[in-house]
Amino acid sequence: MTQPSENLVIDAEVESNDGGYRQAPDEGARRSRSRGRLIFRRFLRNRLAVVALILFIAMFAWSFIGPHFNATFKGDAHCTPAVTPGLPGYDHTCMWDYKQNDFSSFSDGPSSKHYFGTTQSGQDVYAQLLRGMQKSMVIGLLAAVMTTAIASVVGSAAAYFGGFVDRILMWFVDMLLVVPGFLIIAILSPLFQGSTWLLLVVLIAIFAWMVTARAIRSQTLSLREREYVSAARYMGVRPARIIARHVLPNIASYLIVDVTLNVGGAIITEVSLSYFGFGIQSPDVSLGTLLQAGQDKATTAWWLFAFCGGALTLIVLCVNFVGDGLRDAFDPGSATSRAR
Amino acid sequence: MGKFLLRRFVNYLILVILAASMTYILAGEALNPRAQFQAKTPPPPKASVDASLKTINANPDTPILVRYKRWVGGLLHGDFGKEINGGSVGADMKRRILVSTRLLLIATVLGSGLGILIGAYSAIKQYKFSDRVITLTSFVLLSLPLIPLAIGLKLLAVKVNGWVGHRVLEYTGEYAPDSHGWGRFTSRLQHLILPTLTLVLGQVAFYSRYQRATMLDVMGNDFLRTAQAKGLRRRKALMKHGLRTAVLPLVVLIVYNVSLLFTGAIFTETIFAWHGMGEWSVNSIQQSDVNVVAAIGIFTSCLILIAGMLSDIVYVSLDPRVRV
Amino acid sequence: MTIADDRAGVVRPDADRETVLEVSHLEVTFPSEGGRVNAVRDVSYAVRSGEVLGIVGESGSGKSVSSLAVMGLLPVSARISGSVQLRGRELLGLGDKAMSRIRGKSIGMVFQDPLSALTPVYSIGAQIAEAVLTHRKVSKDDAHKRAIELLDLVGIPNAAQRAKAFPHEFSGGMRQRAVIAIAIANDPDLIIADEPTTALDVTIQAQVLEVLRTAQEVTGAAIIMITHDLGVVAGLADRVQVMYAGRIVESAPVNEIYYRPRMPYTMGLLGSIPRLDDKDRAALTPIEGNPPSLLRLPPGCPFAPRCPIAFDRCTEVEPALLPVGGEHHTSACHLAAQIESENLAVTDVFPEPEIPENPEVRIPRERRDEVLRLEGLVKEFPLMKGHVFKHRVGTVHAVDRIDIDMRSGETVALVGESGCGKTTTLLQILDLAKPQQGRIVVLGKDTAGMSKAERRSLRRDLQIVFQDPMASLDPRMPVGDILAEPLSAQGISGGRAREKISELLALVGLEPSHADRYPTEFSGGQRQRIGIARALALEPKLLVLDEPVSALDVSIQAGVINLLQELKGRLGLSYLFVAHDLSVVRHVADRIVVMYLGRVCETGTVNEVFDQPYHPYTQALMSAIPLPDPDREHSRRRIILEGDLPSPADPPSGCRFRTRCPRRVGLTPAEQEKCSAEEPQLLEVGDDHASACHYNSAASMV
Repeated sequence: MTQPSENLVIDAEVESNDGGYRQAPDEGARRSRSRGRLIFRRFLRNRLAVVALILFIAMFAWSFIGPHFNATFKGDAHCTPAVTPGLPGYDHTCMWDYKQNDFSSFSDGPSSKHYFGTTQSGQDVYAQLLRGMQKSMVIGLLAAVMTTAIASVVGSAAAYFGGFVDRILMWFVDMLLVVPGFLIIAILSPLFQGSTWLLLVVLIAIFAWMVTARAIRSQTLSLREREYVSAARYMGVRPARIIARHVLPNIASYLIVDVTLNVGGAIITEVSLSYFGFGIQSPDVSLGTLLQAGQDKATTAWWLFAFCGGALTLIVLCVNFVGDGLRDAFDPGSATSRAR
Repeated sequence: MGKFLLRRFVNYLILVILAASMTYILAGEALNPRAQFQAKTPPPPKASVDASLKTINANPDTPILVRYKRWVGGLLHGDFGKEINGGSVGADMKRRILVSTRLLLIATVLGSGLGILIGAYSAIKQYKFSDRVITLTSFVLLSLPLIPLAIGLKLLAVKVNGWVGHRVLEYTGEYAPDSHGWGRFTSRLQHLILPTLTLVLGQVAFYSRYQRATMLDVMGNDFLRTAQAKGLRRRKALMKHGLRTAVLPLVVLIVYNVSLLFTGAIFTETIFAWHGMGEWSVNSIQQSDVNVVAAIGIFTSCLILIAGMLSDIVYVSLDPRVRV
Repeated sequence: MTIADDRAGVVRPDADRETVLEVSHLEVTFPSEGGRVNAVRDVSYAVRSGEVLGIVGESGSGKSVSSLAVMGLLPVSARISGSVQLRGRELLGLGDKAMSRIRGKSIGMVFQDPLSALTPVYSIGAQIAEAVLTHRKVSKDDAHKRAIELLDLVGIPNAAQRAKAFPHEFSGGMRQRAVIAIAIANDPDLIIADEPTTALDVTIQAQVLEVLRTAQEVTGAAIIMITHDLGVVAGLADRVQVMYAGRIVESAPVNEIYYRPRMPYTMGLLGSIPRLDDKDRAALTPIEGNPPSLLRLPPGCPFAPRCPIAFDRCTEVEPALLPVGGEHHTSACHLAAQIESENLAVTDVFPEPEIPENPEVRIPRERRDEVLRLEGLVKEFPLMKGHVFKHRVGTVHAVDRIDIDMRSGETVALVGESGCGKTTTLLQILDLAKPQQGRIVVLGKDTAGMSKAERRSLRRDLQIVFQDPMASLDPRMPVGDILAEPLSAQGISGGRAREKISELLALVGLEPSHADRYPTEFSGGQRQRIGIARALALEPKLLVLDEPVSALDVSIQAGVINLLQELKGRLGLSYLFVAHDLSVVRHVADRIVVMYLGRVCETGTVNEVFDQPYHPYTQALMSAIPLPDPDREHSRRRIILEGDLPSPADPPSGCRFRTRCPRRVGLTPAEQEKCSAEEPQLLEVGDDHASACHYNSAASMV
């Protein structure tokens, strides 16, 4: 028999006061509002997370729009910049892109000609940075979605079917956890030189989903034991419907948070791989290759490191703040109970 | 319990064998050591390249399974094979493990110790100003990507050295090669500061967040009230009963992470030019050094499993609740 | 076996005795988002040495908070005012250091939940020794010896050995004993026991109460016993005070409270508890409504909205706690004088509701349809051990060859302590699958040969109501959707479903307009009503009730019990009722099946079994249920079982109950041999009454 403990009730009220979440029991004035709106409102209350979300969206948009607002130069019909100024035929107005070399400007600081300066070989840092951000963010987002997708399929299947399926899948998870993933992707990097960067997305996801899968498995397992799930089962509700109505909505919040936090992880994995030359290959760039190229000159040409280092830090911070904010919004109690 | 440990061990062993084989075969197929030899100036004749490749059992023309068999044969005698430049993988590994250990031991001790203290403090001061500052700081630190952090610290060191007038903070290698005796010791210290800081910041942040969470869980428990009800002062109840219980999961985690310490720190070692295991794993792939890659693969897999088993054992021995 | 026939030697209150604790005008408030919560309001009382004061109230009444305030254990955010004096010394305002010298020395405390009250990583002995070491300058060895003495005193067998055990190796009852040992370690002047038996099974509750009595005898301490259960304090307390909405609303010597309550709330409480000894009471008298929120209390008496005799003044002025009638009797009610002068009884204030009767009950049992039959049902589980290194160590025989038959219109109660297999039995029935052994026949259909489609259609007729109304409703769904779920599962949707939902809500006494609200917006009792409405959605014939009222406050419980009774009559339902509370069972059930370690030990009609229990286990169970009646409680025979339930993985040979059987000591060795060698079968002992004991003998336990 569980008699609700009185002091616990009081404690909960006291705590929730500071935690910023309290549902007054039986307050007639409180109209039922949809859960989505409630979560949204709770999220909005977290200023840092909102700012982070806005910043992230802005940076993402900027990485696509920004290249169209770069400084211009006079070039030929193919927008090849002139090696020496004033050559005939070089009269097209062109915009610097991440591949072009300005042979009149090597390792120059930010100026109106090159907003964020140039590299040793005369490439436009602004164009490179945006291209790098674009690549890193797109790869991060895709890989994160994929990671969580694989994880939720495997995790929920293992928990739902149980028995033999469960054992096989979890054994597979164990094995992948034992394999040094970074090493394997690095080994395989020569294979996808020249092929599409999408392969990199797949590889990052393949070696990142296991921990999430375990978490989803244990959540599904415990959800299956909830009384309202049993109630539905005893009412004759079909398994697929139970999963759709009672299990998935409960995991959904976890999945959304997980995707968000995985974005940060995936971006860092991509950057690390590219940093060592195992990821995005020249002439394409990502924040990782830019960091690699910029680090040695950082003492003399700060713009080579500061912009891409700053951008990466900011992106990852933003993603994590958004994820943290979402988690708080979905599940106010969890902020204290989970460390990540 | 022995029986269950044994069963788990066998299961792990199979996993390691599979993982290591996979690493070897992937490395053998994907990496191209021939290119490394041919890239030399002047390019050596094909026959001599073949001969070199053969001595290190890495000739891509030999079927992978034959190479694999030979490699396993060596392994069974404790021989990890030869490096691409002819050196012994085993000998190099021993040296590099020590380098990584020297780097990571201090960082781990500092990181986990400080993390536990700060986390517990933060939990006790929940929602107070100091807790908010600690929580936010550790969150930001935890989110900081290691590469820009390390490079940034390096830049900072250059600035600091500039202000001081001579090199206080070193950022390349383990020690100055021309130093001796006492000088070697101070040189080591100077070289340790930056990479240690790089590693410690993240670890402190991670452990303090974790400790804060477990401590808060424990603080909601009735047994702290019982401890106070029997006459312990709040602080003593929190330390003796609360922290002692809350630190368990953390100790388990630390044991796990310490076991993995020997695999090195890829970024910190590479950026600060420490020739440890982490740097080795990157270099070996860049140099298509199949045997080294495979050795690192085995080593890492084994460590992950040992870490798992060790932490389980520690968990069981520390927490009476899960004792069999 | 311990039979405490009477409480000889227990001190009665005596005005000359020294006052140990005096609380005056205590107020406690907590901050919350909506403002300050007034958890305790103007509470004053005194406890004299050797006296037992019972504080009774429902959750949220402030009873625990006021005692934590005495101990100085409230969170720092609490604001406390008034005065708390221990032997004349003011405690409020003392710092942690000064308070820590008093806690555990002058005041000992026992908490509600023994499972979490002990630190998991230290041995029991060490934790008791710590209490000694904190206050006395003794060596560690001496402290440890003292710990063993204390363990022995609180009735832990083999104390020296068991002191080395860790809390998780102790059962709940044993842990509570250890907590009591800590509380009395330094011979305190006062022991505060905060719901010390609420989390325990009844037989264990009886043991722990006995330990508390012993503890008081040994230490001579005053005891403040906080509980929600009027039965528990009836036999223990010298004086009782009732709390409601943070205030004391009535305070009197124990007999006065039970026989001459002068506050409608107390009367309501007494009327709403089912009693082991009420044979003919048709309905309980529930208190309508819910306790008020302690945030922004409206003016007037906080009980006024639920009080059947409230008048204008009650909603305007909060009544003061004033003397009424007998000596030391105070009541906070404007009508106390009238209640006194007219000597109103509970039923005068709370009219007894009419409960319709199911016409079927008039048909003899044998002629009614069979709704459920279990034959030799067996369910075994693998017993797993170890969290990290999980492995199978044996087999739990959760249900071992039980037979039940149940006729239409009947309420059959399945009764036993936790671990007896009653819930497993119920889940087996609900699964509608072929059992490991035996047969399950639901509404004439054997589950063994059933097709998927048959099983689905049978689900219409078999529904369940769970224990915890919070866990059984998906918090993400509005109530309307929750009720629609069973309907759509059986192909009813659209307007037909909406109509049905309104009907259902009205049926269980809720507003049909509440369909778009979420479960969190309802109180516990209302949620349980929603759970019942959901179970009724498909108009089932057989309803399985798994402890449907045990998670509810007493005043709410009565309403739900009445609702269940009423629905049964109106809709012609049959109930399979799983419960541990025998007084609820006596009130609602027609037949009873008593289970012990997976076996049935006694079964029969409720009146037969309650009037003349034959099995020693049934007798012990009944004796363990406290009666809200001080005189009877003092005069009844008390059987206290020794020890805990043996592991169902390794049940005793022969009769499973023999290890705890009180009857066994009176048997000759040869007779005892039979108990260990031969498993007793159910034997007819009366008209429709069977008991599984080799030495059946009847005894009245009320």
